Amino acid sequence: MQSLWDWFRALNDATGINLTILYDSFDRRRFVSGFLMTLRLAAICIVASVLIGIAGAWLQGSRLRLTRSLVHWYIQFFRNTPPLVQIYFFYFGIGSLLTTTSASGSAVPVVSNVMWAIVSLSFFAGAFNVEIFRSGVEAIPKTTIEAAESLGFSRTRTYLFIVLPLAFRISLPALNNNLVNLVKTTTLAYAIAVPEMLYVSSQIWSDALNVPVMMNVLLFSYFLLVGFLVWVMHRWERAIKLPGFGT
Amino acid sequence: MSRRRWNQELPQGTDLPVLMPSATRIARSATVERMSGFFMLRLQPAHGAALLLLFLIGCGVAQAQAEPGHPSILVTIWKWTPLLLGGFLFNLAISAVAMTFGTLAGMFLGFAQISLLPPIRKGAWFTTHFFRNAPWLVLLFYCMFLLPFQVTVFGITVPIPDWIKATLGLALPVMANVSEIVRGAVQSIPTAQWESAASLAFNRRQTMWMIIVPQCIKRMLPPWMNLYAILTMATVLTSIVGVAEMMTLTGRVLSAESRPGLLLAFYSYVLFWFFLYCYPIARWTVRLEAKYAVNH
Amino acid sequence: MPAENVQPIVSLRDVHQSFGAVEVLRGISMDVPKGAVVCIIGPSGSGKSTLLRCINGLVPIDRGSIRVGTFDVHTLHTDQQKIALRKEVSIVFQQYNLFPHKTALQNVMMAPVHVLKEDKDEVHARAVALLAKVGLSAKADAYPGELSGGQQQRVAIARSLAMRPEVMLFDEITAALDPETVKEVLNTIRELAQDGMTCMLVTHEMRFARELADDVYFTDGGLIVESGPPAQLFDQPQKERTRAFLSQIL
Repeated sequence: MQSLWDWFRALNDATGINLTILYDSFDRRRFVSGFLMTLRLAAICIVASVLIGIAGAWLQGSRLRLTRSLVHWYIQFFRNTPPLVQIYFFYFGIGSLLTTTSASGSAVPVVSNVMWAIVSLSFFAGAFNVEIFRSGVEAIPKTTIEAAESLGFSRTRTYLFIVLPLAFRISLPALNNNLVNLVKTTTLAYAIAVPEMLYVSSQIWSDALNVPVMMNVLLFSYFLLVGFLVWVMHRWERAIKLPGFGT
Repeated sequence: MSRRRWNQELPQGTDLPVLMPSATRIARSATVERMSGFFMLRLQPAHGAALLLLFLIGCGVAQAQAEPGHPSILVTIWKWTPLLLGGFLFNLAISAVAMTFGTLAGMFLGFAQISLLPPIRKGAWFTTHFFRNAPWLVLLFYCMFLLPFQVTVFGITVPIPDWIKATLGLALPVMANVSEIVRGAVQSIPTAQWESAASLAFNRRQTMWMIIVPQCIKRMLPPWMNLYAILTMATVLTSIVGVAEMMTLTGRVLSAESRPGLLLAFYSYVLFWFFLYCYPIARWTVRLEAKYAVNH
Repeated sequence: MPAENVQPIVSLRDVHQSFGAVEVLRGISMDVPKGAVVCIIGPSGSGKSTLLRCINGLVPIDRGSIRVGTFDVHTLHTDQQKIALRKEVSIVFQQYNLFPHKTALQNVMMAPVHVLKEDKDEVHARAVALLAKVGLSAKADAYPGELSGGQQQRVAIARSLAMRPEVMLFDEITAALDPETVKEVLNTIRELAQDGMTCMLVTHEMRFARELADDVYFTDGGLIVESGPPAQLFDQPQKERTRAFLSQIL
């Protein structure tokens, strides 16, 4: 392994292509931690936003007008404002209200910036998911559900065996669009100093002064990450497609 | 790779459909969104009303926290409006320039994607997806850091200010998305059109420019306009790279005022302007989409 | 042929049903003997589909009584009670019957396996036999989206038969089909009737009704205007409204 890293050090000496993230162990660890933080943000936000979407879709069917309009306004706010503004709103707006005093007497935020990034991004993607799930459920014909009931399926069973699997298959393309967008949006956490890939790279290039190299590495990493995700989504959609329906 | 034809009625293998037409509509709009790169912005007057309400609440909060001797909140806002308006116009300028350059480059790239020559086609495909997969902020950084701060052309040194670099940084994702919109639109034209043109002895170039492209313009407009609305809202990203646009200016104004509780009032004020600008665009997009909805 | 002097298998007494302010059924009473084929005809909006849905408990009634076999449908409230009823009476709708994410065979097998908790191999064998009975053995592994309309409806019939019901209800099942495929579905119902199944059909197929029905009921405005054997109702309608309706469609 060390010989591989040394080769890159020699490359730098020869050509000036300074890949410190490869031959320097500190920078290597930093970059990997940034990458893992991006993955962590993406994974947690994907799961959280799907749960928020399911909860929101369920609450939208509530009989209480208050619940329905709360969900409606939640969706409208997060759907139609720039996500950066949302992150600022959570971190600077609400975050500045939730402080406790530390031992030295200064105000210390209770919730870390990583948490706020997760909260903000999850609610952002969750708002879209609510609509996606609800329209998926509504696209199932009433007669199919009546047919299931007439066959003796209880309300719960109908939901489990017929409504949810069908709604899922119908919603999957839109859901995938949303999740890929979410992974790209995680870079906005840079604005509140979350050590994800962009932030860490900026630290590396301000130390090692290898901006062009790092920028290209960064672009390429995102290309691979998002490209991989898109490919997985494509495969999943094809595997789960309803035969005879759609191209 | 199965290429989904954008905006085409999804054929079903049966004469008795198994799912409601709304399921077909959902599938189709998901495909359109995938092509245009973003969700469709759906603004309503109620959003504007909500923003105004937030603004009034913010004013109330600020007024309640105001100390005697301080000018009223509305006076303060009015005082700073010219500066903020200037910032807002700056955002709009950035969005207009980025959209122009991005569209021009994107159209070029989009037509390259349907070229008959494999190297051009594959190169264009790779470029498009390379810039589509990258987050907008990363591309912004890319341009901010890698474009030179001045360039010498014909012996004249032209400085390239930060905001131009940021604009070009925003033009890159626009280019990639427009490229996909163009490709999707062209591929959604039924093969029958190409066949009838060929039978009338049109060559490929004539078919493209006289028959296919005029029909594509209508299909490209709604996602293109949607992209512009999204881009306008995305210009606030340039505040992260230090461009003095409206968000940055608002932040500076707030720290200059150093009065507590102005946050909500000012930011809702500023968001309201964005709404005023994006709302007509979003409505027009919806109307165009309904008007040009194509049924095969 | 229906058996004589035996209690009718389906019995309605003065059934009233309303959707909100609109009264859809305004006092329906009828008796269906076991093994009979009953056709219900009438203009749209006369409550025919609602009537069928009340009989199998999908829609609750406001007043009156419905008796199917040993069940008083109007007294059943819990899912458990209704499950027992659904083993007695099955319904096939006009469209969107099948579950698109399951093959034809899986569609037929689903209810006996998950609701009746019967042995899977047994159900499999029965499902294969039922698909053969409706003439679709070759399409056992096809998904509903790959089947034509007529084939879908036949699979739906097979699926209903898998529950071994005593009564089958058909809600205008040929209305959404192409004329060529209507025939194959009607043939399937004809065979069912000849096997002795009690069938209640809401239909517009007058020729079919005339040929196969033991009784025809003409409903209008939530009431039974006239009823009787097809020969009598079609050739010598007693009421003016019946005459007007028949002259429009025949």
